[in-house]
Amino acid sequence: MTMVERIKQTFEALKEKNEAAFIPFITLGDPAPSFSVKIAKALIEGGADIIELGIPFSDPVADGPTIQASTTRALSQGMNTDKAFELAKKIRKIAGKTPLVFLTYYNIVLQRGVKNFFKDCSLSGVDGVIIADLPVEEAEPAFKAAKSKNINLIFIVAPSTSDRRLNIVLEKADGFLYVVSLYGTTGARKSLQEITKKTIKRITKRAKGTVPCCVGFGISKPEHVLEVVRAGADGVIVGSAIVDIISKYGELKNGVLEKVKLYAAEMKEATK
Amino acid sequence: MVNKNRNSNENFSCVDEGKKEELTGVDLSYPCPDIRGRFGEFGGRFVPEILMPALEELEEAFKKIYLTPKFQEELAYHLRDFAGRPTPLYLAERLSEEFGCKVYLKREDLLHGGAHKLNNTIGQALLARSMGKTRLIAETGAGQHGFATAIVGAKFGFKTKIYMGLEDVKRQKHNVYRMRLLGAEVCPVYSGSKTLKDAINEALRDWITNLETTYYLIGSVVGPHPYPLIVREFQRVIGREIKEQILKKEGRFPSALFACIGGGSNAIGTFYDFIKDEEVELIGVEAGGKGLSTGLHSASLKAGTEGVLHGAYTLLLQDKYGQISHSHSVSAGLDYPGVGPEHTFLKQIHRLRVETATDDEALEAFKLVCKLEGIIPALEPSHAIAYARKIAEKFDQDDIIVITLSGSGAKDLDIVREYFDIEERV
Repeated sequence: MTMVERIKQTFEALKEKNEAAFIPFITLGDPAPSFSVKIAKALIEGGADIIELGIPFSDPVADGPTIQASTTRALSQGMNTDKAFELAKKIRKIAGKTPLVFLTYYNIVLQRGVKNFFKDCSLSGVDGVIIADLPVEEAEPAFKAAKSKNINLIFIVAPSTSDRRLNIVLEKADGFLYVVSLYGTTGARKSLQEITKKTIKRITKRAKGTVPCCVGFGISKPEHVLEVVRAGADGVIVGSAIVDIISKYGELKNGVLEKVKLYAAEMKEATK
Repeated sequence: MVNKNRNSNENFSCVDEGKKEELTGVDLSYPCPDIRGRFGEFGGRFVPEILMPALEELEEAFKKIYLTPKFQEELAYHLRDFAGRPTPLYLAERLSEEFGCKVYLKREDLLHGGAHKLNNTIGQALLARSMGKTRLIAETGAGQHGFATAIVGAKFGFKTKIYMGLEDVKRQKHNVYRMRLLGAEVCPVYSGSKTLKDAINEALRDWITNLETTYYLIGSVVGPHPYPLIVREFQRVIGREIKEQILKKEGRFPSALFACIGGGSNAIGTFYDFIKDEEVELIGVEAGGKGLSTGLHSASLKAGTEGVLHGAYTLLLQDKYGQISHSHSVSAGLDYPGVGPEHTFLKQIHRLRVETATDDEALEAFKLVCKLEGIIPALEPSHAIAYARKIAEKFDQDDIIVITLSGSGAKDLDIVREYFDIEERV
């Protein structure tokens, strides 16, 4: 199976089962590189449909305190892009058909060389790439490099994205669309904001089923999942809540893997 | 110098075709920036999607208002009656004797607030007001931009919040207190290197969260398009005045202009109106810190590599994986691992000469200006003075050089005292 198909087929299979995708995020290398493969395994066992792997960047402006702290821990453990690709290869081996998606910032991609980065994604079994600070206007080089290697370059849209720009993004959209659900940075929140449902409705309406719309930022509880799926989302992206569990329980001996798996299962259940 | 055949559509996209020459006073072939916010290949807009509409709104507002006579008159009024412009171009006689050429100092230290920063904050505050924003946020390193933002926040009635790295809060206590006196909230930033770059990250995060009400008032020619353009336009008054003043006093252009470069706002302000005057050498002086070989410096132009930080493609201090390095300088205002994209472009086309001065050299120059001129300069322009001193012998007695004294050293007294105490103990 080629890689483009992995993300596509995942969504097709989910559609048949009438389920939304549960997409957890972890920062590679937090709290240590050796930890990441085990966490990814626990997430898959818990029912993750796609896994987002963060390559840490020193200046993550789109991220709130939880992911920032996670980034700092990973970098202080010597995490870097070489190691990220090594880990992705290892995770690929245990991930079966589950698509893997990198999430990072553009400077990380640039310094490896845009073409090299996507070539290495292809060699490591990474199916998609999300670049948090690469708007569609600046994305041409990455878009071309991704296409040539059959990697999905996944674009982000936000509540502030105008209909005009949304149309431009939809033209390029590949794999799925990452819908930022609120005005703010990443981080778990107690309840969903009104703008979240409004944004989902506006964007899914315009996407007309041409690309799955997955919602991220601020989603941490099964009831959030129910709400956004009811509003029309094809998937949910959950980052800070998982990073919180990892940082809270920290070491393997505290049963962190069990907790991650249990949390994933609970969230996955809500997508059904 | 630059490709003269460039398509005119690519020039200065923010301004109506007919008014470009009048506004910029620069050859239209100087492509800065193009419609994508690029200076050559540098600059651009590398930001989270959520900020894109805000940047478009800002560009639109600036384009609409900047050239109107009403805005220009209002800006001129506040710069004159409130800020104290024009600032003197002062012939530093004893320094001239020491250097062996005619040294003029552009006295931005005499601007209200004690630095050039107010030129930009007045301009952007007027812009923010026209956009109906009620809240200002800003980053600050040395505290001068934070202070200048607090000043306009108070004067124009904005709610104001200043992000400042914890390290800078500690080393610039006086400015923190001054900002608070003016009613601004000062928020220490604990992430990363706890300096200017992290303060920018935090201000961007605030902006992302509060787009509707908030205007992000960037203090240097850094960040995503249109900020490098906006800040340059509001700082250009420095060079425009220098040109008028030097012609009046000397009837000729200087041989060289010197300015320190951190992000580069006082430097671009000094240089911009001389870009076309190729007989005038433009010399930007970066912070050499403890020496380039030690890795403890802030010389992004001299020693950096290309990459993206804070929304712009420019020269950066970073490792091979793209992680941004911690910069170092004795002067908080230069302590930044990136630099404005226009400077990177000007360096690339060999219009800007880039040099460095170390912490020690800057402090020596600081002492010299105190003793010879009765002026306490900020540590930032002390770098420019230090480098000018270093190469002074190549100038003839009749040669004129202009150094922009971008700020007063009142904010640096604790640092300087500590430094010289240590020296004396050794």
